Amino acid sequence: MSIFVEHLTKQFGTQKAVDDISFKVNTGEIVGFLGPNGAGKTTTMKIITCFMAPTGGDAGINDLSIHKDAEEIKRKIGYLPENNPLYFDMPVIEYLQFTAKLQNVPKQKIKNKIEEMIYLCGLNDEKHKKIGELSKGYRQRVGLAQAIIHDPEILILDEPTTGLDPNQIIEIRKLIRQLGKEKTVILSTHILPEVEATCDRILIINKGKIVADGTADLLRKKAQGNELLRIQITDASDADFVSSELKNLDSVTMVDPVKDESFTFLIESLNGQTSRRDIFNLCVKNNWVLNELTPIETKLEDVFRELTT
Amino acid sequence: MEKVKTIAIKELNSFFDSLTAFILLTVFLGLSGFFTWLYGSDVFFIGQATLQPFFAVAYWTLFFFTPALTMRQFAEENKSGTIELLLTKPVTDWQVILGKFSASLTLIIIALLLTLPYYITVSFIGPVDHSAVILGYFGLILMSAAYISIGLFASSISDNQIVAFLLSLFIGVFFLIIFNVLAGSFTGFWGGLFDYLSMSTHFDSISRGVLDTKDLIYFLSIIFFGLILAEISLSKRNIVD
Repeated sequence: MSIFVEHLTKQFGTQKAVDDISFKVNTGEIVGFLGPNGAGKTTTMKIITCFMAPTGGDAGINDLSIHKDAEEIKRKIGYLPENNPLYFDMPVIEYLQFTAKLQNVPKQKIKNKIEEMIYLCGLNDEKHKKIGELSKGYRQRVGLAQAIIHDPEILILDEPTTGLDPNQIIEIRKLIRQLGKEKTVILSTHILPEVEATCDRILIINKGKIVADGTADLLRKKAQGNELLRIQITDASDADFVSSELKNLDSVTMVDPVKDESFTFLIESLNGQTSRRDIFNLCVKNNWVLNELTPIETKLEDVFRELTT
Repeated sequence: MEKVKTIAIKELNSFFDSLTAFILLTVFLGLSGFFTWLYGSDVFFIGQATLQPFFAVAYWTLFFFTPALTMRQFAEENKSGTIELLLTKPVTDWQVILGKFSASLTLIIIALLLTLPYYITVSFIGPVDHSAVILGYFGLILMSAAYISIGLFASSISDNQIVAFLLSLFIGVFFLIIFNVLAGSFTGFWGGLFDYLSMSTHFDSISRGVLDTKDLIYFLSIIFFGLILAEISLSKRNIVD
């Protein structure tokens, strides 16, 4: 099952929340939807799940379009909306039964399915409580359970880990990874490490337009350019001498002493080369001790900032 | 049909879980019992074996109770966002509306069934016009259904339950009183129109034991319009503009 979005536009009044975006998500891919608040992530998801109609363009699954086959599409999608709305006055089991029935799970299978979901999402101790009595983490699990109860081929998760503690976040991510083996997943978030941890591909969206599309590594490389190293040397007597020696290395273009830290330098290498070996040899030659050598990677945060501001 | 049933059962359960149902049933039975048997122009005062006093009371109490049932149906879903969860399941807007409609109607019918002891008791006192009683109940059900559909519409355009409640009372009061009063102060075409729009015209004739298709069409069209308007306001999110 692949998801397609073609020239999708959604206008609220004079503001374009989604502005002519097109992309495709292939079967078995986990795609992370990144973007600042109000970029149009949620709107796009609401359109794909047939909750909202777009102002223009088309979206859908395989050869089904949201304009004609809404019913069919809804059946194939498991959706966790933003802020995870739930009926707080319903007990967990009753709610899952309700969802299963609406999702056309065959009657004789409902009981098994619910047990499976409760096991999978770790809800066993809470299954008889009302949803309103659960903590936020457990509510999130109920939200996930209702999204996957009919074994959908496509999962759309709008900020699935907001409000969870770090342990729960790791568990939910693991669960998403596990589900993503067989399903096509789109998840939105603005937590960057989350995308790196769970997604195969990243779509960065800003002001209703897609500004980047690719794997985390690819995006990082694109933004990075030359290799950047941070080194610290001890047992040398003169910082200026070290600095000039470093500058003389063939593979180094720039040496920048770090302020307030003696014998610490930022070193930029030539395009497409690494200077690590040269630095090491230089230190050996002069009997210096190389205390630290850290490659400084462009973080996804930087890519994100560059593209969305 | 299966989905309508699923939604209706869920709504009914939540009436009973939240005590709404019990409070409304108690108050309804208490009020109507009090006025039928004990106070004012009650059964003993009239000196006839008739349920007219009960119908007259229920005519008013249901006017207040049905909006209390319907006010949260969509307003709360709009507020908490669960409407998104519900409508992204493979259900149509109509299935959702009909589910909620039948849940409220079922509760009203339960309330009316619980007043059957009044009927039985009265029939011990003297000869009762059975067809008038049956039609009276039928009229109450039709009237409640009309208020429910008005209430569902009011609830669907708001995310505030109080607003939904007051709005459905406001619309309801036109049918209950205002059209009736207007009918008295106009003559000719307008007088006839307002008279036709007034609920009491139709309810009175039904509860007297006369079922006219004109009355049936009147109630059915209110129900129909209310539900259509609710549908329109639900599908507003879908309008391509």
